[in-house]
Amino acid sequence: MTESPAAPHAESPAEHKAEHKAGSKADSRACWPLYEVFVRPRRGLNHVHVGSLHASDDRMALLAARDLYTRRNEGVSLWVVRSDAITASTPDERDPFFEPSGDKVYRHPTFYDIPEDVPHI
Amino acid sequence: MHDHTTPATSTTTQAATSTATSGTEDDHVYLSLAEAAPGPEGEGRWAYGTGFADPLLGVDTALPAGLDGADLAAYCLMLGDDALILAQRLIEWCTRAPELEEEVALANLGLDLLGQARLLLTRAGQADGTGRSEDDLAYWREEHEFRNVRLVETPNGDFAYSIARLLLFATTRGVLYEALSAHPDPVLAAVAARGVKELAYHREYATAWTLRLGDGTPYSAERMQAGLDAVWPLLEELFTAHPVERRVGVDPAELREPVLRALGAVVAEAGLTVPDVPPLATVLGRAGRDGVHTEALGPLLAELQVVARAHPGATW
Amino acid sequence: MVTAEVAEAVPAQTPEDRFEAVIAAEQRIEPRDWMPDAYRATLIRQIAQHAHSEIIGMQPEGNWLTRAPSLRRKAILLAKAQDEAGHGLYLYAAAETLGVDRAELTEKLISGRQKYSSIFNYPTLTFADVGVIGWLVDGAAICNQVPLCRCSYGPYARAMVRICKEESFHQRQGFELLMTLMRGTEAQRRMVQDAVDRWWWPSLMMFGPPDADSPNTARSMAWRIKRHSNDELRQRFVDMTVPQAEHLGVTLPDPELRWNEERGGWDFGEPDWSELTRVIHGQGPCNTQRIERRRTAHEDGAWVREAAVAHAAKRAAEHAAAAAAAEQHTEQENGK
Repeated sequence: MTESPAAPHAESPAEHKAEHKAGSKADSRACWPLYEVFVRPRRGLNHVHVGSLHASDDRMALLAARDLYTRRNEGVSLWVVRSDAITASTPDERDPFFEPSGDKVYRHPTFYDIPEDVPHI
Repeated sequence: MHDHTTPATSTTTQAATSTATSGTEDDHVYLSLAEAAPGPEGEGRWAYGTGFADPLLGVDTALPAGLDGADLAAYCLMLGDDALILAQRLIEWCTRAPELEEEVALANLGLDLLGQARLLLTRAGQADGTGRSEDDLAYWREEHEFRNVRLVETPNGDFAYSIARLLLFATTRGVLYEALSAHPDPVLAAVAARGVKELAYHREYATAWTLRLGDGTPYSAERMQAGLDAVWPLLEELFTAHPVERRVGVDPAELREPVLRALGAVVAEAGLTVPDVPPLATVLGRAGRDGVHTEALGPLLAELQVVARAHPGATW
Repeated sequence: MVTAEVAEAVPAQTPEDRFEAVIAAEQRIEPRDWMPDAYRATLIRQIAQHAHSEIIGMQPEGNWLTRAPSLRRKAILLAKAQDEAGHGLYLYAAAETLGVDRAELTEKLISGRQKYSSIFNYPTLTFADVGVIGWLVDGAAICNQVPLCRCSYGPYARAMVRICKEESFHQRQGFELLMTLMRGTEAQRRMVQDAVDRWWWPSLMMFGPPDADSPNTARSMAWRIKRHSNDELRQRFVDMTVPQAEHLGVTLPDPELRWNEERGGWDFGEPDWSELTRVIHGQGPCNTQRIERRRTAHEDGAWVREAAVAHAAKRAAEHAAAAAAAEQHTEQENGK
C-alpha cells in the first residue's frame, strides 16, 4: 500500500453546503450535515450515543433518528445534535497529527484525501 | 427480559468487554442471536407497522348488535384498500429514495399502511360472514372489486408528486381515524385509534417535505407546485360520500372543512398556491369507492397479485 | 455541547506504541486515536464495501417486494429492506468517523471505484430466492459479521453489534419461508431447490478467496480487524448449513459434500473461483443494473437533497436575523 496522509480538507461540511446555489444544476453530492444521536433506553438511564445520521434540519434529524435508532422500541427519549456543535478533547493533546483539527468531533467528514492511485479505497 | 428490549448500551458493553478470541466465543454470540423469539413479542411484530402492541389485544371481534355486517365489510374494504394500494405505491420507492434516511422513512410509512390494510381486510372478511382472509381479499379480487379512492392508485411520479399525494391522504385519513376511534365496531375503533398516531407521523413527514420543497430552490418549488396541481383534482373524491360511508362510517363531507383548512395552511407556509382546479370527473357518477378506477390500478394489481395467482391454494 | 474523554492509562511513549498496546490489550481504537495510515485505509475500504453491500443488497430482494404473494411476507420483506437501509446507514456513519463522507463513498460506489459483495450481482428469479437469500446469504453474512462485533475499531464494532441482532431476524424469516414452501405444493418445493442450486456456490464465495490467495488477511488479523480467516469462516458456514439443509429437505448442489469424521467437519467442493473473479470485475449478471439503479436514485434525488439544504439555510438566516433584531431591540431598551 502506498497511501500517505494528506492534509485535512480545508473546507468544513457547512462551507461545502453553501456552495450549492439555489436553482443551480443540482449537485448529486449535495450532502446533509451530520448529526449525532443519543437515546435514553429506559427511564432512569442516561442518554447514550448510538450513532449518527445525515439530515438537513433538526426536525428531520429527530424523525430520522426515531426511524433509524428506535424502530424496535429501543428508547424512550431521543437527542440529536449537529456533529459540528460538539467540542471534544483529543485522546492525546501532544499528538501533532490532530492539532490542526483538534476541536472537530470524531473528525467526521472529509478530513482525508486518499490519493486516487490507491486501489480499492 | 426480552432480547430486544435490552438497551443497546448493555449489548455494546457486553461486546466491548468480551475479549476472548476463541471461536467458541463467537459461536456463543451466534447462538444467542439465533434464539427464536416467538409470540407477539417476537421478530414478526416488526412486520406490522411502527405500533408495537397488537392493536386488537383484548378487543372483542364479535360483530356488535345493530351494525350491518355487509355494510361494515364494505366500509373496511374501502379503508383497507386505500391503505393497501398506497402502501404498494410507497413500496415502489424502495431503493429509489433521494437519500438513505428517506428509504427508512418511506418504508416506515409503507409498513404502517400495510399493517392497517391487513387488519381492515381481515375485519372485512369477518364482518361479511365469508371468513375470507386478508390475502383472499388482497390477491383474489378483481380490479372492479377494489374500493380505494383513485388518489392512492396513480403512479408515483417524482418525489414531489408522491409527497403531495401523501400530504392529502395523511391529512384526510388522520382526521377520519380520529372520528373513527369512537366507532361502535370495537375492531375498527382499535385500528383507527392506533392509526391516528401513525397518520400523525405521516402527516408531519409530508408536511415537512412540502415546506422544504416549496421553500427550497426555485426548481423544487416548481416541482412541489406541479405535484400539488396534479393531485388536487383527486382530493374531492375523499370528501364524496358513498352510501355505505353514510350508513356505517363517517360522512367524508364532514372532513372537507378541517382538511382544506389544514392543507391551505401548509401550502401557504410553503410559499405555494392552493390549486384552483376542478375535481377529476367520475364515470356516470361512479369512482373508486364504486370500483371504477383509473387505468393505473390494473397494472398495479397485476404486479401485486401475480405470484399468488400463479399458485392457487398455496401457502406462503 | 462540550465533551472530554478520560484518557486511558496505557503506558507507552510513541503513538505507534500506544496503538499497538491498545490492540494487544484487546481494547478498542476510537476515532481520534492515532492509527497507522494503512489501518485507516483498510478499515475505510472494508466498512465502505460493507455499507455498499447493504444498500445494493436491497435490490435483489426489493425485486420481489411488489409481488410478495402474501401481505405478511410483503410486510416482513419491507421491514427487512428497511433494516438493510439502516445497516448501510450505520456503516457509512462508522466509515465517516475515519474521515471520509458518505457522498464521497457513494460517488466511489457508482463510479465503480469501490466494490460491494459480489453475491448481489446474481438475479433473484423466483420468490423462493427471497427465502434462500435469507437463509444462505444472510447466514453467511452473520458468520462473517459476528466476529466483527469484536473488531478493534470501536465504531465499526458497535455498528456490527446492532446489525448482527437485526440480521438474525433476517436469517430466521428466510428459513421459516423455506420451511413453509417445502411443506407446500410440488411447484413450491421445486422453486426452493432451484433457488438453492443457484445460490449455494455464490454463498460460499461470499467469504472471499481461499486463504492462500488472500494476501491482506494476515495483517487484518494482526490488527484485530478480522478474527478468522476466509477458509475458517467458510468451513463454519458449511458445518452450520448442512444440517439445516437436511432439516429443510433440500439438496446442496455439491457431490463432494461428505462428513469428515477425522476433523469433525464437512468436506466440500471447490467453488468456481474464475466465476467469482468475472463477477467481481463487472461481468456478473446484474452488475450494470445494480449500479445503474443506485446511480439513478442518487442523481434523481439530488434536487430533493439540495432543496432541503436550501430550505434549512433560509430558516437559519431568518433565525439569525430575528435574533439580531431582538438583540438590537434589547440594546435600545437598555440604552433608554
